[in-house]
Amino acid sequence: MSERATEVLPHDFDDSGSIDWTDESTAIDQKTLEELRDLAGRYPRPRSAIMPMLHLVQSVDERISPAGVRACAEILGMSIAEVVGIATFYTQFRRHRGGQHHVGVCRTALCAVMGGDEIMEAVEQHLGIGDDEVTPDGKFSLEAVECNAACDYAPVVMIDWEFMDNMTPGKTIAVLDDLAAGKPVKSTRGPVLPGWAANERMLAGFDDGLADEGPAAGEPSLVGLKIARAKGWKAPGAPRTRPTAPPVPKGAPA
Amino acid sequence: MTDTLTPILTQTWDKPMSWKLSTYRANGGYDGLRKAFGMAPADVMKTVIDSGLRGRGGAGFPTGTKWSFIPQDNPNPKYLVVNCDESEPGTCKDMPMLMASPQLVVEGSIIACYAVGAHEAYIYVRGEVAHVIRRVRAAVREAYAAGLLGKNILGSGFDCDIIVHAGAGAYICGEETALLSSLEGFRGQPRLRPPFPAVAGLYASPTVVNNAESICSVPAILVNGAEWYASMGTEKSKGAMLYSLSGHVAHPGQYEAPLGTTMRTLLDLAGGIRAGHQLKFFTPGGSSTPIFTAEDLDVPLDYESVGAAGSILGTKALQVFDETTSVVRTTLRWTQFYQHESCGKCTPCREGSWWLVQVLGRLEAGQGQPGDVDKLLSITGQMSGLSFCVLADGTVACVSSAVKHFRDEFEAGYHTPAWELFPYEKSTLWASDSASSPKRGAA
Repeated sequence: MSERATEVLPHDFDDSGSIDWTDESTAIDQKTLEELRDLAGRYPRPRSAIMPMLHLVQSVDERISPAGVRACAEILGMSIAEVVGIATFYTQFRRHRGGQHHVGVCRTALCAVMGGDEIMEAVEQHLGIGDDEVTPDGKFSLEAVECNAACDYAPVVMIDWEFMDNMTPGKTIAVLDDLAAGKPVKSTRGPVLPGWAANERMLAGFDDGLADEGPAAGEPSLVGLKIARAKGWKAPGAPRTRPTAPPVPKGAPA
Repeated sequence: MTDTLTPILTQTWDKPMSWKLSTYRANGGYDGLRKAFGMAPADVMKTVIDSGLRGRGGAGFPTGTKWSFIPQDNPNPKYLVVNCDESEPGTCKDMPMLMASPQLVVEGSIIACYAVGAHEAYIYVRGEVAHVIRRVRAAVREAYAAGLLGKNILGSGFDCDIIVHAGAGAYICGEETALLSSLEGFRGQPRLRPPFPAVAGLYASPTVVNNAESICSVPAILVNGAEWYASMGTEKSKGAMLYSLSGHVAHPGQYEAPLGTTMRTLLDLAGGIRAGHQLKFFTPGGSSTPIFTAEDLDVPLDYESVGAAGSILGTKALQVFDETTSVVRTTLRWTQFYQHESCGKCTPCREGSWWLVQVLGRLEAGQGQPGDVDKLLSITGQMSGLSFCVLADGTVACVSSAVKHFRDEFEAGYHTPAWELFPYEKSTLWASDSASSPKRGAA
């Protein structure tokens, strides 16, 4: 059944907007299938698990693979076309292989203006690839991403979907050089960058034990709170407001 | 007189390991839930209604009233869905909140479920924020281990389960009916309303969809009472909220203040526009809300006042741009965002955003054709109010308000590229200190 369904879909995936049906390679094994079924069982209606399942598929196959699509369709009782329709709707699902590290440079208005455009240009030159491309050694994939909800840390770069805040062209390239040399690089608000595939597995719903890594918040997240503490401002009579007297942060506005 | 800043949600963010259940409890966490369990569900709902809490996701609909729409005689299970798909350009409040204090959303969800009679909650977090998802999932695990989720919570006899669902990159899933489609395993496309989610939401069952900040505001309301919350803010816009300042300000970040705080006050707190520059324009509530200029600095940032001034409070995402910024460039980038994020269901949105990008692109390049500015307005006229959801209306607001305030700049695009009028390097983060020192970070 699954083979026939594959045949009726267009094969030139660049034109079709579909996944790449010409690349049948897969690393999906019995364990993956069990994990896919596990995800399907976590919801009252299994179909709700399609997004976590596709995250898992690409953590194993580095992209949404034909084998992964067929596995999801079979487990959820969906048609191939329905699964592909979902896989190609959401931008995080990859239609071709990603790099070991996925570099997303925010190019929505505010980050672009604050320097995201310059960062993108520098990264393109440094890696020799453009938007939605992968370096020949498979180390990096590059993507111009849309707003990632960290505007107070602009310009923002997301690597493996971890925050790299307040970046500059120079800082970004230094990070890429460290990653290329195999050195651990820490997210500014998160763990040592785990790699794109590892994070796809975490997104799918398999814990990686890294929740306690990184800070609670970066400086911009705390800026208002610090001013309030320094000035003794608080919500009216809130018992939750337990007065503390931390030192006034250096450089905090008066 | 309420203090200028009122840390409630942000109160524990500077505590060591603030995301842990132990830290949360040491600072009064789950007192709200205990109090709720001592009340009838209807009284919990009434408390939230009386508090005046309104949806913090943009629309500003009263949260407790939304809860009251859940039909209690419907035989289907009832659901709570917490919208943490924060993606509106400029909006950056929920992600830091969930990273620093994820137990807030767990406690708030249990209280909301108790109030409406739901036993299952879904926390839908956008997929592009790995560490936020880790923290929320860890918070849910800790809550289960402590008996705060699952069966017979705190001996109350009330059962509640939470599933944390990671999205996969789609702004449109922040629209509540698109979010429900996505959660059901379909493409994230909006549905026609009615039926509203309260009647036929997730799995065609009664569903409350609330923004993360709304839900996180609930525990403190239970602890301190409706009157306490309503004592902050303005007559019709009560309480406090996170104002998020970003862009060309000295100290961008989160400022938790009563509703009705003005941009002038917030800018003062943020150290003003970056040194040596002046305010050009700002968004009051994200890119989908008509832009404001220096003339609007004294507009109280509450639902009514911002509306009266011709914009929308939205998500209180105050993106600030100084005089180095090209409005044509920012408008193009925002429109490209909407084009990229249009789900494609409705023709005016799908095609209109594409055409706007074509026209804005040539205006940015100084290759606009006479009449292009009117063409922009003509296209927006064909998009406004003609789609299932408000994505197209957001696009329209962004473009038409920019043209209204800065028409000359758009017309300059008939002959001069935006980057010649506004050299782009002057707008960057590192340009602010480049006057006297070499460019920091230049590769």
